[in-house]
Amino acid sequence: MMRTPAGHKVYAMAAEYPSAAALYEAAARVRDAGFRRWDVYSPFPIHGMDDAMGLGKSWLSGWVLFGGVSGLLTAALVEFGPSWGLYRLDVHGKPWNFWTVPAFFPIMFELTVLFGAFAAFFAMLGMNGLPRWYHPMFNWERFSRVTNDGFFLAIEARDPRFTEAGVRQLLEETGGEHITVVHED
Amino acid sequence: MIKETERPLARVPLVLNRRNFSWLTERVSGVVEQPAPRWWWVAFTITASAATFGLFCLGYQISTGVGIWGNNIPVGWAWDITNFVFWIGIGHAGTLISAILFLLRQKWRTSINRSAEAMTLFAVICAAIFPGIHVGRVWMAWYLAPVPNNWGIWPNFRSALMWDVFAVSTYFTVSVLFWYTGLIPDLATLRDRATSKIRKFLFGLFACGWRGSNRNWRHYEMAYLLLAGLSTPLVLSVHSVVSFDFATSILPTWHSTIFPPYFVAGAIFGGFAMVLTLLIPARAIFKLYDVITAQHIDKMAKIILLTGSFVAYAYTMEFFVAWYSGNSFERFAFWNRVFGPYWWYWWLGMLFCNCLSPQLFWFRWCRRNILVVFFVAMCVNAGMWFERFIIIAGGLHRDFLPSSWGIFHASWVDIWTYIGTLGIFTSLFLLFIRFLPMIAMSEVKTAVPEADPHYDMPAQSISPGGKERTR
Repeated sequence: MMRTPAGHKVYAMAAEYPSAAALYEAAARVRDAGFRRWDVYSPFPIHGMDDAMGLGKSWLSGWVLFGGVSGLLTAALVEFGPSWGLYRLDVHGKPWNFWTVPAFFPIMFELTVLFGAFAAFFAMLGMNGLPRWYHPMFNWERFSRVTNDGFFLAIEARDPRFTEAGVRQLLEETGGEHITVVHED
Repeated sequence: MIKETERPLARVPLVLNRRNFSWLTERVSGVVEQPAPRWWWVAFTITASAATFGLFCLGYQISTGVGIWGNNIPVGWAWDITNFVFWIGIGHAGTLISAILFLLRQKWRTSINRSAEAMTLFAVICAAIFPGIHVGRVWMAWYLAPVPNNWGIWPNFRSALMWDVFAVSTYFTVSVLFWYTGLIPDLATLRDRATSKIRKFLFGLFACGWRGSNRNWRHYEMAYLLLAGLSTPLVLSVHSVVSFDFATSILPTWHSTIFPPYFVAGAIFGGFAMVLTLLIPARAIFKLYDVITAQHIDKMAKIILLTGSFVAYAYTMEFFVAWYSGNSFERFAFWNRVFGPYWWYWWLGMLFCNCLSPQLFWFRWCRRNILVVFFVAMCVNAGMWFERFIIIAGGLHRDFLPSSWGIFHASWVDIWTYIGTLGIFTSLFLLFIRFLPMIAMSEVKTAVPEADPHYDMPAQSISPGGKERTR
């Protein structure tokens, strides 16, 4: 575990970039240098950054499919179960045979959407490891600009290719400014 | 370097005067961070008083009974369901802006989606009050939910009213999730700017520790896309299901297959009018002319023209079908709509406000004139309320037998409950602009040219303090 002279654990070496375009170029360089544990930070999602970082498609969609299917099945269970056995509801002598099944479709649709939306929301938080109170990046005071107009790149110390001199050189070459060591605690 | 004036096909920028990221952050967050202006307190006092009196009316109605309303046979549904359909319809514009325009990659939506979505939530809250209380014995409203119980009472899932319960509650829940997902990065902005401890704590709590990481943005964008994808059929279905409450009945003027598309078009029509009603003053008060530009208003006016024309077509087709069907009850009902006791509701509300006034938006001058736009928006707000009243009370007051005919008279409780919901709606909106960023900062920033990773900065094209462009 690397430590700063003051005895803090090192989380990452980070740099600030002047624009989205500069961050995009730098990310492609860091990806090509073979780093695995690193991240870029920006006030808004940058178009094409996933490719520049070498990240694939987000499989959050799998959770949404799971949520949607479970919503559909829940609705089917709640509608068919009572209707066809547990509690046969005879309203005004209207039919309740097989041909009335389309009347169940609206609620099947609604619960599919409802469960799918819950899945999307909670999977987004879960896959991002949120909510969390604390993150080492918040230790760097310049980093508060990330939600305003700051663009940052950080390579974590636990990356196998991390060496202080090498990473500093890479960040300098890609045009990083205010290069700093971000400590963990 | 080609000057912008020499590129006639170049798109008009969505954020004017080449405002940069920090200007956007500063201007939008500033609204929330500065102390409440005096007008806000005056406005909030008025709306909160109306809301409080509306809540008193609700309490009076619950404790006394539905008899204090003007509803009576044959008009068993009157202002309550009119208000329900009116409010739920208003919500639709918010979801259209946030979901459908997102899927269609309409970047201009970014300036208005946050406040339009907030409007959706508040409108649905107002809407949900009415079906809740019109059941009469509110404490039995839980019968609507499929809760196993020892009386063996189970909801009738084949009923349009049951579909409505699920449609509206799903709509509200999904709208909250979508709105909150969009808010997370902006709450992080307010957290990072907060100076007082309590603000830092609260915004930090609700921002969920967001730090703008691209590994997070990746899942976030997928979640946003899928929420938009789920909301798109949802918004089209909600007012369709509301229209089924009428269309599945056998009443002349209600029993109609045109209702679902007609209601959806009407909802978006009325909703955009309400978006304009809220945003035209807000943009003037908070000097947001560079973010909510004349171009945005122009586009919303065009949507009002389009959906208003759908609505006018649907009205016309209803008359045609009434005549062409040869059904004498249907023919009478539509004749009665134009020349019966509620004739002026039709001439003023449906014909003038809904069909004729939006036609002004064929003219660019009208779309660019704030007063005209505001006038038409107010006409549409009123017209859509009249339309729902005509459909509901107008459909009921002339029963099949002339001996059962009646007329509806609103009681003071009817009137004040409605005014109360207007108060609740505006109070919630005022609280929203006070405490939350009314413009989705992280989304508007993506509409600025510098957000493009392939943008090379043409330093000479930046003209600080340039004259405000209107086109």
